[in-house]
Amino acid sequence: MSFETPDDRQYNESHEWALRDGDTVRVGISDFAQDELGDVVFVELPDVGEDVTQDEAFGVIESIKAVSDLYAPVSGEVTAVNEDLFDAPEMVNEDPFGDGWMLEIAIEDESELDELLSADEYTDQVA
Amino acid sequence: MALRTPPLRGRHEEAGGSFTDFGGWEMPVEFAGIRTEHEAVREAVGIFDVSHMGEVEVYGPDATKLMQRLTTNDVTELSPGDSQYACITDEEGVILDDTVVYRRPDEGETPTYLFVPNAGHEDWMVDRWTDHRDEWGLDATVDDRTEEYAMFAVQGPDAVDHVREATENGSEVASLSRFTAATATVAGADCLVARTGYTGEDGFELVVPWDAAADVWDAFDGVEPCGLGARDTLRLEAGLLLSGQDFHHEENPRTPYEAGIGFTVKLDTEFVGRDALEAQKEQGVDEKLVGIRLVDRGIPRHGYDVTDTDGDVVGTVTSGTMSPTLDEPIGLAYVPTDLADPETMLRVVVRERPKKAVVEPLPFYER
Repeated sequence: MSFETPDDRQYNESHEWALRDGDTVRVGISDFAQDELGDVVFVELPDVGEDVTQDEAFGVIESIKAVSDLYAPVSGEVTAVNEDLFDAPEMVNEDPFGDGWMLEIAIEDESELDELLSADEYTDQVA
Repeated sequence: MALRTPPLRGRHEEAGGSFTDFGGWEMPVEFAGIRTEHEAVREAVGIFDVSHMGEVEVYGPDATKLMQRLTTNDVTELSPGDSQYACITDEEGVILDDTVVYRRPDEGETPTYLFVPNAGHEDWMVDRWTDHRDEWGLDATVDDRTEEYAMFAVQGPDAVDHVREATENGSEVASLSRFTAATATVAGADCLVARTGYTGEDGFELVVPWDAAADVWDAFDGVEPCGLGARDTLRLEAGLLLSGQDFHHEENPRTPYEAGIGFTVKLDTEFVGRDALEAQKEQGVDEKLVGIRLVDRGIPRHGYDVTDTDGDVVGTVTSGTMSPTLDEPIGLAYVPTDLADPETMLRVVVRERPKKAVVEPLPFYER
């Protein structure tokens, strides 16, 4: 099975994506990850204003069958949270790279972005 | 240790199934998705491969006596073709396994029983049966048939139409009442077709010769293939127990009365554990299995603590999920009897945070 992996963004080994927009990155999970999880039924996210740290858990995603942590691709303050997911968590399955986004983080340290995988590197990892 | 595989392992993989270890068997957990499969069973029909379930046959002059003394229900109530749900308990009345006991419709001169232990339990149960048979000097043969039979469950409101169509004596199986079975020919194979199941829906379970598994499966072409993931959400909505999770003889020892299946216990029969269960019935149970629904956002999961409203831990969630039918977070938990009444407020501790929960009557879903 082949999965969508847009090359306009970078990826964590733990399957989150990071899409840069100026001084912030938008974060979600990959097509591969949503497929592995199955039907997403619950998402727990931090509040706007909280700080997150690269590679540390910022929230939790639950499918019918499993509970998984979500890991921050970069460190920084949360500037936006996709609250629509609280009522419609299935958007993570339906549109993981678009409407299923999770949060935005103000970039603290540009060099952290260098540690993320390119689309090609991530594709190799999940192949 | 290598996992055991059901006869249609390759077929399930071709159909896009993903797999999990279930009681030592590599079984399909999901095909199109748990929600899709779950809804197919509630609204139309789905087919499950449950070949991981054990099959043990007991026959001979003392077969009835042996079955009666090792299961909690009353096997003498069974006529040929009947079946019943029962527990297998130890001397303390603790559930070792739960099972369905069939009295075969095509038995010989004496009754032949077929019972279905949970996945991976058949060796244990065969040993238990033969040890007690020898100890009691009974004349009965106990055969493990687990790898001679595949088992499929066709479940849902449309199951009867599909089973009628797939079987040569279709009108006979379509008229079976709940917990009765007939021998029927499906795709040229002699199968035991029973109106039983574990989803809370109308449906059938088919005990199928291992070699005929593919042909029988194909006779239900067009029926949604379902994995054990959907079976778990369906059985939980129906308030049905999962062995090893809602009871376990070592990790979570429970009696039928605590587990809410006291109806399987017939105290006017003689069986291992009877005296302990009679005493418990007289005294009443200290803890009971209840349904819980989370009021706050979150999902109860196996192993989460349950507290009272003061924050004192009073129990543990044994099963939990987001109910696809009700769209509510539901679970099962053992709690003290004085906190077991419907509408009692509790808390479920989700990632160290107590979430409001309420006791709900079981089953959560009834067709």
